[in-house]
Amino acid sequence: MATRGFTGRPREPEQRDRVPPGQHLVDYFPVLTAGPTPHIATESWKFTLKVGPRPVKTWTWAEFNALPMTKMVRDIHCVTTWSLLDTTWEGVLIDDLLADAFIEPPTKFLLAHSYDGYSTNVPADDLLTGKAMIALKYGGKPLERDHGGPARLLVPHLYFWKSAKWINGLQFTERDEAGFWELRGYHIYGDPWKEQRYTDD
Amino acid sequence: MIDTINREIRWQEARITRIVPRTKTLSSFFFLPPEPFTHRAGQHVDVRLTAPDGYTAQRSYSIASAPDTGPEIELAIDRLDDGEVSPFFHDVAQAGDDIELRGPLGGHFVWSPANGGPLLLVGGGSGVVPLLAMVRQGFREKSEARVVLLFSARTAAEAPFLDELLAIEREWPNFTLRLALTRDTPSRASDYGRRIDGPIISETIRTFGAAPKHVFICGSNAFVNVAADRAVEAGLPAEIIRTERYG
Repeated sequence: MATRGFTGRPREPEQRDRVPPGQHLVDYFPVLTAGPTPHIATESWKFTLKVGPRPVKTWTWAEFNALPMTKMVRDIHCVTTWSLLDTTWEGVLIDDLLADAFIEPPTKFLLAHSYDGYSTNVPADDLLTGKAMIALKYGGKPLERDHGGPARLLVPHLYFWKSAKWINGLQFTERDEAGFWELRGYHIYGDPWKEQRYTDD
Repeated sequence: MIDTINREIRWQEARITRIVPRTKTLSSFFFLPPEPFTHRAGQHVDVRLTAPDGYTAQRSYSIASAPDTGPEIELAIDRLDDGEVSPFFHDVAQAGDDIELRGPLGGHFVWSPANGGPLLLVGGGSGVVPLLAMVRQGFREKSEARVVLLFSARTAAEAPFLDELLAIEREWPNFTLRLALTRDTPSRASDYGRRIDGPIISETIRTFGAAPKHVFICGSNAFVNVAADRAVEAGLPAEIIRTERYG
């Protein structure tokens, strides 16, 4: 039922195809974080790939930057209802990361881990075949600290809390294990087109 | 303090029972949901407006009321001139209107007296709203937790709920209010006439006599970054600092 007196902003027809239900467009990149913004020096930065508790490979900043770089232009959608179109990213595809570690996906699920203790779970299928990357650049520049620099996960087809900032590792898990927000009432998967915002959506 | 939400959070049409202006730009909207719920201080609700063509706009608003104070919930909404939803509330919405909302939501930026103190709260402008819910609950339940609220606003007149916070400070010995007014001269010697900086954060922490157990910071991203960075520099562990940014 319509809300009395509400018309909303003027809407372009092509936006309807790109903006999921309940989202609104913004023209800047908002910042939302559950704690203080960490300072991470690239000199001490490390990224570790694990299978369960077992580390498979660790990269330094220099080693990570020597991996194949891929550019992506994507629309991103935050569960707090903002959407930003045509964001440009550059980084290392998860496929290329696994190839460099010489492993095939051993399980169907992963947890992304971050320097600030944050974690979020994503199915392996959603990270592979060019769908996701560890992003090092945004808009052609090194990723700012506010947006997760030096490196963040980018899974643009899911709500943006899945794109963990300040990432320092990916871990294959046997089961789909809930991460930080998923334990605090947010949806286990987070598809913006299905409005999977909270646990039972 | 993980507050797992196990039940479905359904949309419901809540009636606006009254609207109370708090400052020139911020008003309290009191809602009566048909299925009342109990929230925790710091939680929010999602509000959904629907246009005649089916277009919907959703926003999250922090709950200002303390838990367990009755079936009504109070949302304090700041009018953003270039906004889509907040101007609707300020210019169109009236008592008697039914508005879709659902909640309570959020399981991280929450505190209850059972979580204990000392509790350091830092709010910028309308970022004080979820912190107000914590102060109101602590006061209502005469919590033994020591609570300090560092509240930054442009002027005293633009600081929402200031009279109520001053009244609580007079009546509840555990509560201390420190103002940081960026465009105003404070009338009390214990307040500050400048933006929050390292010395203000350090002095505020020292008013406890003991290290705070929980820290909650809410406001714009720039405000939260300054307050959180200075708190970490003052020696507080990052793990005890929870932030909410009005992206």
